Amino acid sequence: MSDGVQELQKLADSIVGKAKAGEQIEAYVSRGGETSVRVYEGEVEHFVSAQSEGIGIRIIKDGRTGFAYAGTLESDAITEVLAEARDNVQFGTVDEWAGLAEPDGVAQIPQKFWDEELASYPTDKKIAITKELEKLTLAADARVRAEEANYEDGWGETAVATTTGIRESGRGNSCYVSVSTLADDGDESLTGFGFSVGDSPKEFDLKKAAHDAADRATRLLGATKPASKLVTIVLDPYVTSQFVSILSSVLNGESLAKGRSLFADRLDQQVASAKFTLVDDPTNPLAYTATDIDGEGLAARRNVLIENGVLKKFVHSSYSARRMNTKSTGNATRGGFAGSPGVGCLAMQVQPGTKSQAELISGIDDGVLIQDVSGMHSGVNTISGDFSTGASGILISNGTLGAPIREFTIASTLQKMLLNIVDLGNDIDWLPMRAVGLSLVISDVMLSGA
Amino acid sequence: MSLKSNKSQNAEPLVASDVLERVLAKGRSTGAEFAEVYIEDKRSTSAGLDDGKVEQVTSGRDRGAGIRVVAGETTGFAHTSDLSERGLLAAAEAAAVAAKQGGGGVNKVQLGTELRHAVNTVKISPDGVEKSRKVDLLKRADAAARAVNSAIVQVSAGYGDSLRRILVANSNGVLSADDQVRTLLRVSVVATGDGGMQTGYDSLGHTIGFELFDENDVEELAIRAAKQAVTKLSARPAPSGAMPVVIKRGSGGVLFHEACGHGLEADLVGKSASVYRGKMGELVASPLVTLIDDGTMTAEWGAIGIDDEGHPSQRNTLIQDGVLTDYMWDYLRARKEGRAQSGNGRRQSYQHLPMVRMTNTFVINGKEDPDDIVRDTKHGVSIAKLGGGQVDTASGDFVFGMTEAYLIENGEITEPLRESNLIGNGPEVLKDIDLLGNDFAMGNPGMCGKDGQGVPVGDGQPTLRVRSLTIGGTAA
Repeated sequence: MSDGVQELQKLADSIVGKAKAGEQIEAYVSRGGETSVRVYEGEVEHFVSAQSEGIGIRIIKDGRTGFAYAGTLESDAITEVLAEARDNVQFGTVDEWAGLAEPDGVAQIPQKFWDEELASYPTDKKIAITKELEKLTLAADARVRAEEANYEDGWGETAVATTTGIRESGRGNSCYVSVSTLADDGDESLTGFGFSVGDSPKEFDLKKAAHDAADRATRLLGATKPASKLVTIVLDPYVTSQFVSILSSVLNGESLAKGRSLFADRLDQQVASAKFTLVDDPTNPLAYTATDIDGEGLAARRNVLIENGVLKKFVHSSYSARRMNTKSTGNATRGGFAGSPGVGCLAMQVQPGTKSQAELISGIDDGVLIQDVSGMHSGVNTISGDFSTGASGILISNGTLGAPIREFTIASTLQKMLLNIVDLGNDIDWLPMRAVGLSLVISDVMLSGA
Repeated sequence: MSLKSNKSQNAEPLVASDVLERVLAKGRSTGAEFAEVYIEDKRSTSAGLDDGKVEQVTSGRDRGAGIRVVAGETTGFAHTSDLSERGLLAAAEAAAVAAKQGGGGVNKVQLGTELRHAVNTVKISPDGVEKSRKVDLLKRADAAARAVNSAIVQVSAGYGDSLRRILVANSNGVLSADDQVRTLLRVSVVATGDGGMQTGYDSLGHTIGFELFDENDVEELAIRAAKQAVTKLSARPAPSGAMPVVIKRGSGGVLFHEACGHGLEADLVGKSASVYRGKMGELVASPLVTLIDDGTMTAEWGAIGIDDEGHPSQRNTLIQDGVLTDYMWDYLRARKEGRAQSGNGRRQSYQHLPMVRMTNTFVINGKEDPDDIVRDTKHGVSIAKLGGGQVDTASGDFVFGMTEAYLIENGEITEPLRESNLIGNGPEVLKDIDLLGNDFAMGNPGMCGKDGQGVPVGDGQPTLRVRSLTIGGTAA
């Protein structure tokens, strides 16, 4: 354990030690830093170097919960946070299920979150990498302009302690590069992006990031608005990842407990195509969001949620589990020191099929390859299941890719889309998102255009 | 509109002027031409009710400084939660080094008199209101929503207030301060029927204090959200394809926010990442459209006394009678063009760099009677409530969600529709506005996201019709 982490753990322990009779206390402390480089036209547009820290304290007494946080670890502020959290307790409603997590004996699976090389990576090299990425992007396609090239890295240390015996701490760091592109099409411009992630900068694939960014901006040149019709769609891995992420809300045990899940009463029933198996597995080190503990400090674990289309499990925190008379699945989520835990999937993985994307496309007479979607936050309602998003992509006819299309929507319901999964690709892509990407074929989706 | 500037009434500044001067001088010590200190001290209270229970009251405190140093085209930025002179000097040095590796020269900085530019008066500061009264609002909303109909199965409600004190000083001598108070209440409702569940949502938020609830009825808000959910239980699938769309007053400002607002931000224009680049003085919208961005709009959600670069907020006309008259500007982009800032340099917090952002963005009144607009529409969709949206500023393509909408048949509003997104292209839709009502209203409080930063914004418009928009439903 590093000195910094040890110091944080000591701080969390000391706050928990201040619990009064009948109080449950959770202290969550964190500290971190980031470097951000943005390059435009060969020059550094901005260089950000920043550190931050904070504390969140949750107190539960007689079934009532109070919470407070501060973006500093100065001792006067910590005293104030503890007092505020205590004061806030009295305004909560008594909830018989309220309580902190208790150690459940599930062992953590150790993973590597800290990279020494990244931690000591020199600043001038970070700038050089960003400039190189911009150069490679411009070289990838003469029709492309670069809007910005970015390098970002960050590190964090956290410690959590509770009166119920949770005591966890750790540190991690990560880095990525990204580039945004533009390709002009008359008065309008089309946009693209590319990125690369790694434990340290030496793992970056700058060429791929540059190529992806150039390809995304240029592939829609000359795109038209299609006519409305019912089609089969193939989701690109990047789009599938976003689609699968939405299912986290639907499989949320707290939503279930509060009557907001459209899969209530559907356990052990067929809710998706028999080809669809969904697992949440933050213990898989390949997953970008892999973790060893959840937001309450319990061991992260592998949970099979949908197996061959049959709904097997909802994900739970200790709170939602108590309400539903079950056990936590290690799925408490946490946004940092300023928030108390929620529930959600941590690292979603879909069991791949056997075909490449090209093979999937070759079997479709009339369809669309969906390469990008927009408005996922405004057009998808995870309670009613209504699904409608803006999209762009390429027409598929008689098994081959045709003309690019844009400014249309695709619509169905989440319930129908899951049942209408026709096939899955073997093209697993461990994207820097909460869900894995692969090609996904869904039939009977309404395309709305001209 | 006259600027109401006066000296600080507040006794204690967040950081003393002489300290700020030394920190700014440190910022310029590597030869940079511009340094800026942004100090923020924000206290917030929030409370959430769900499933009939007040789940948690939260108190928050965020305090720190962001220091920006500009050398040529390069900006160096560092932030710290340590507001002591030592902490500020260390951050200033980090920002200075970041902006310019090497270089030299010491610069003395002298600040002017502090500017305050208040656009809102706060009658009841929320930090003086007992938490029990805040929690009580949630219980009232819960009871009112549940009483609407037995189909209501779940209610969640949230209360939030924040007091954000900011102080901005820069090496040009600017010294400005503002106290920004915001108070908000939101209600989400779930109703269930034979066809599954449906949701309703409404919110109320202003840059004023707790008097918000003397001037607005919490029960009314909850009932509106509940009725929206119940109405949608009998909704039919939204249509699919292009058709006329009538957008009710105060519900569609987000259309302009997405269709052109973002595209008029000078940082995007400057990088030719906006479809509105090079269009100054050209007809970019229907001659019916006059679009304003106004940070001085008293009590509205996007109102600010000063922007986050210390510049007083102002009212800017962006489109006049369909003609593009101006973009929105922050310090850096204005400096590059040798023109004045427009009060649109904003940031989420001291941990973020400022950039060009909207404040309250709206279209002013036209002449039509709103009822006539519906009567004049043979077949189409009427939208009573829009959800969020998203735009690609370079292509102009945008989407936004319709959370409450109805079919128009033969000039009459008929059946409710299920949720869907709408899609359009900004420049095309602006030209396609063919009827504009005389019933202007501001809409719900919004949170606008750009480059990972969220800032509060307002929007508004009178009832209007777009000749053709693509509705992304499932019905043929």
